[in-house]
Amino acid sequence: MSAVEEAPAGRTVEPRERRPFRLAELFLLVLALAGGIGAFAMVGRATTGALPENFWLASGMLAGVALVGHVVLRIRAPWADQVILPAVVLLNGLGLATILRLELSGARNMAGADATSNAVYSLLGALVAFAVLWFLRDHRSLRRFTYTAMIVGLVLVMLPLLPGIGQEINGARIWVRVAGMSMQPAEFAKIAFAVFFAGYLVTNRDTLTLAGKKVLGLQLPRVRDLGPILIVWAASLGVLVFERDLGTSLLFFGLFVALLYLATERFSWVLIGLALFGAGAFFAATLFPHVNARMEVWLDPFDQALYDRIGGSFQIVQGLFALGAGGLFGTGWGEGYPHRVPYAYSDFIYTSIGEELGLTGLLALLIVYLLVVQRGLRTALAVRDGFGKLLAGGLAFVMALQVFVVVGGITRLIPLTGLTLPFMAQGGSSLLANWLVVALLLRISDSARRPSALPVRGQVAPGGATHEPIVVGADGATPARRPTGTPASGTPLQRRSPAYGETTEIIEPRSETPRGERP
Amino acid sequence: MNTTLRRLASVVMVMFVALMVSTTWIQFFQADDLNNDNRNVRKIYAEYGTARGPIVVGGEAVASSTPVDDEFGYQREYAHGPLYAPLTGYFSLVSGTSRIEDAENDFLNGQADALWVDRLQNLLTGVDPQGSSVELTIDPAAQQAAWDALGDQRGAVVALEPSTGRILAMVSKPSFDPNELATHDTQAANDRYEELLNAEDDPLLSRATHWTYPPGSTFKLVTAAAAIESGQYDAGTVIDAPETYTPPGTNRVIPNYGGAACSPTDEQSLADALRISCNTAFARLGVDLGTEALAEQAEAFGFNQRFDIPFNTYDSNFPDPEDPGFADAFVALSAIGQWEVTATPLQVAMVASAIANDGELMAPYSVDRIRDPELEVVREGSPRRLSQAISASTADQLTEMMVGVVEDGSGTAAQIPGLTVAGKTGTAQWQDGRDPHAWFTAFAPAEDPQVAVAVVIEEGGDAGSEATGGRVAAPVAKAVIEAVLNG
Repeated sequence: MSAVEEAPAGRTVEPRERRPFRLAELFLLVLALAGGIGAFAMVGRATTGALPENFWLASGMLAGVALVGHVVLRIRAPWADQVILPAVVLLNGLGLATILRLELSGARNMAGADATSNAVYSLLGALVAFAVLWFLRDHRSLRRFTYTAMIVGLVLVMLPLLPGIGQEINGARIWVRVAGMSMQPAEFAKIAFAVFFAGYLVTNRDTLTLAGKKVLGLQLPRVRDLGPILIVWAASLGVLVFERDLGTSLLFFGLFVALLYLATERFSWVLIGLALFGAGAFFAATLFPHVNARMEVWLDPFDQALYDRIGGSFQIVQGLFALGAGGLFGTGWGEGYPHRVPYAYSDFIYTSIGEELGLTGLLALLIVYLLVVQRGLRTALAVRDGFGKLLAGGLAFVMALQVFVVVGGITRLIPLTGLTLPFMAQGGSSLLANWLVVALLLRISDSARRPSALPVRGQVAPGGATHEPIVVGADGATPARRPTGTPASGTPLQRRSPAYGETTEIIEPRSETPRGERP
Repeated sequence: MNTTLRRLASVVMVMFVALMVSTTWIQFFQADDLNNDNRNVRKIYAEYGTARGPIVVGGEAVASSTPVDDEFGYQREYAHGPLYAPLTGYFSLVSGTSRIEDAENDFLNGQADALWVDRLQNLLTGVDPQGSSVELTIDPAAQQAAWDALGDQRGAVVALEPSTGRILAMVSKPSFDPNELATHDTQAANDRYEELLNAEDDPLLSRATHWTYPPGSTFKLVTAAAAIESGQYDAGTVIDAPETYTPPGTNRVIPNYGGAACSPTDEQSLADALRISCNTAFARLGVDLGTEALAEQAEAFGFNQRFDIPFNTYDSNFPDPEDPGFADAFVALSAIGQWEVTATPLQVAMVASAIANDGELMAPYSVDRIRDPELEVVREGSPRRLSQAISASTADQLTEMMVGVVEDGSGTAAQIPGLTVAGKTGTAQWQDGRDPHAWFTAFAPAEDPQVAVAVVIEEGGDAGSEATGGRVAAPVAKAVIEAVLNG
């Protein structure tokens, strides 16, 4: 993995570009495909006794997607992380197999399960992701769209409220229906917000970090710096109140708080964020009956009255029954009754897998998600620019948070909300959006691990920036810290360039440079 | 930013560990509770998804599961529906299980502990699990004869093999068709179940085992047994048989049926009193014997006990002799099977059966053997002695007296040419203004009893005459005895 050898002291080393063959990825892809295609075959055998219809087409498609992705990465992002794509292919394949299994159950309440259309969306999502990888050569160019992204995000979030195209399904108004196609704009809004937060915070982090009074040991920000934050707080509460979607609201807010913390390194932001969200959620629970009902269901789902109530705990209790029936090892594909759970193919796909693949299967699944998320976070650690760090960290965290909100809701860790499990749950918007997230993570990780074409320590870079030797170890270690206050000779010190946000590290220690303090 | 990124990575790790713990908690620690929640339909699906073993009578499956193409997989079918309903019970999505379907559920669905070898084999060979077959002790000819002989009357018939306790016939009318409850059309099953539950004559309850009646004069067998066992009486002992009898401490008069005198001399032998079923004589005899002796004798015959046959029966009742309210007046009534004395038809058949079996009471049972799908016998029903209810000599004397009842007494309708039948009639008052229930209990051949039978016909008697009970119920018993002995 080490891209550049440590430079021997005092000698200039011409970096040689050795493009990795990505053999690890190829090998892992074969494993992932075996998992996904094997699941198709087993689902078919268990339900109809033969291979499912279009088995070879579907398998070929999945393999094709994997192969095209691999080739695109080899050409356009050869240094990109080699684990993310196989992990996502595995998740997507297993999700499709589960949806197919539920569709083949023929149960009345599984009429909505549609493996074919979901396969088409997966294909579409993957192709869009590869196109992004092909055409977006540098993630830093996204920084130009910081405020555009904010507006896009806000518009997307508000779309479902528009009369005519907004649609309310099962109490949550998070759908938009245009020309016969339904979509959940919030899934795309999370990417737009991640881009906006990353761009906004990398520019304003110092102001947010340093300006403001200190109260009880907490550095409080100034009120006027709070503006954009309050807008986002209002937006996520708006989602909660007007669209009645606790999950999406939590997702946006969690994303913002996490990025604020990443950027400012101030724990006070986390506390302020949690306090604001907690207050909002508390008032929502007292003021709005639907939020309050969710709380009751969360606390005592087995209560008969709640179980019988329309929109009560029936779904979650059925989901728990499915998990219980799965036990340690599951019933095996086609042997359980996952279709007894309402929306077993979308919101509750986790219980479908839990029933037929058991605790073993679910733990493996969680580990695969964890792998993708941690690879994303490692990318954030390794990438050199602040914008890239925040974007990769934000995207990885939003995926972790989404898994947490979905699975936590089903397993009663937190109140149940209506989010989708990335890459598995049925739904075109979710698939497209999450494939986009993967494309961005892969793009950033390529940049993070690409050996620097620039001269090493002490040499003047063509762009005027200075560089330290970049050692991307197997443990994803960060670059060795530059000796304090040693700007490269003759180089004008760029405090913050859009491209190299991390150069702010030069001024150390930061807390001793009071700037922007008002009397 | 890298410090905070590392912290964020730790937070993510904590979040995922929390998810793993909560999932493990549900799938491992809570799984049992979840699987046993009665709102969890998986249990029913699992039951319906396996080939449930048949219930077999005389080589024919009276209950069997056939594969059907619906979400459950198998449909339970009852070949003779109402005829065997008191034994098979039902296997229903709506009302659950009952009778044999319930009591032998573990064997029928293949989950019994004794079948673990079979389950292991299935697991290893990949064969779908199958239930075991349950073979009943019922004699199909006797069952059919009892069913036909009862006709449209409400009542029950129980026939036992005295030497073993095997149940040869068990009929209850009105009955119900378990097929109507076993249907997978849950709406229809539910409607039918509600209808049966609310029906005035309770067809869901087996009158043979789950319904108690005042035994009336059939209880005089118990009183007579207590008398002879006391050593102070034998069949020839002359006892008082007044026209009416007023027990001490009351002014309530006990008359004979139709107010007739039992004997011109107001006294007669114990055998004669039983032959014509003299109320006053037995009421007086009961008071003389006392509550202790009567209760002891009744319990020796199985009163105040439930039996697993293998499903649980109701207990027949003889009041507690220690009860201070059990005054002489009530003792007199109890001795002729009235007041608080109640009995299931099974219990009455057991009294006859014990007398037929030299006083030895055998535990009744209906499951002969259970065979696994490979036809290996995994469990065999075996005769079990409950008690020595009376001595062999008492049994002999009672047999003689009962033969008299059929030859020249109230039970002549049970006579079978070429066969000595021992019997006892009964007419049980149960509610003022309603006709009494007609009873008949008998065994045959008297010399070497092969079958003991009890018949009750609701409101089949006539308050005016003891003989009416015999006239209505005795032919039913006769038909069953003939079916058993000719089969």
